[in-house]
Amino acid sequence: MRVSLPPDAELVERLRARDEAAFALVLDAWSGGMTRLARSIVSTPDSAAEVVQDTWLAVIQGVDRFEGRSALKTWVYRILVNTARRRGAREARSVPFSGVAPDAAERDGPTVDPERFAGPGEAYPGHWREYPVPWGFRPWTGPERQALDDELRAVLERALAGLPERQRTVVTLRDVEGQESDEVCEMLELTPANQRVLLHRARARLRAELEAYLDDRA
Amino acid sequence: MTEPDEVDCDRLVELVTEFLEGALDAPTERRLVDHLALCDGCGTYLEQIRDTARALGDLPPDRLPDPARAALLSAFRKWS
Repeated sequence: MRVSLPPDAELVERLRARDEAAFALVLDAWSGGMTRLARSIVSTPDSAAEVVQDTWLAVIQGVDRFEGRSALKTWVYRILVNTARRRGAREARSVPFSGVAPDAAERDGPTVDPERFAGPGEAYPGHWREYPVPWGFRPWTGPERQALDDELRAVLERALAGLPERQRTVVTLRDVEGQESDEVCEMLELTPANQRVLLHRARARLRAELEAYLDDRA
Repeated sequence: MTEPDEVDCDRLVELVTEFLEGALDAPTERRLVDHLALCDGCGTYLEQIRDTARALGDLPPDRLPDPARAALLSAFRKWS
């Protein structure tokens, strides 16, 4: 999925030299992920598309001022996140995000149903009553690796859409986009610990939804 | 010196992300690994969390609609 691009220094130099082929390269490599990320913050696909366009226009205007203190992609994504949040705030979907620690609902409480573990009065308190069943259906691993089928993809997309915004944004960047944790912290202005909490809760919830679906399917 | 709490299954499931991120302190990580060595249920859980992340990585990227792409390339050209 990752397209190999020239190194940042070369890209930036070519963009500043108004090299359209270089712009097309980054446009094609990053717009898909940017659209997905924008969709995690604003409410409609149309708004997301506009956020991506506005971001690229800002990138065109701003690339002469890019100082190279972060990766070019991180800088572009930061513009995207800010643009999307401003818009999300207008649409009253988004809550202020930057630098805010996860609130109680995002941080507290078990991520796995406590009923699945034995209680204090039982033989092995804190241990699984019944082990999770290994997923027989794992098309995304192994030598026979194939793309997700449509049904599984729809389950995942729906589960992703159902997450609280901050969890959705973090897990989208980390797991869908494959960004490194330090890049994500920089883009979203999160501490590493807060980023991990949001990622943890998101993955746990998505796992539970996949489990429910795959157990039925088995 | 106090020993870190034992890692039971219900605690392990809350530590998996820190474990995968390499963010656990050494004693907790050791206990978690000790627990994994003995508990198939937690091994399965950890694998499912990894599988979830992998499955997310397989979601297809969105595409920029062609008219939007053309408009942006044109904006880039005009900026020159």
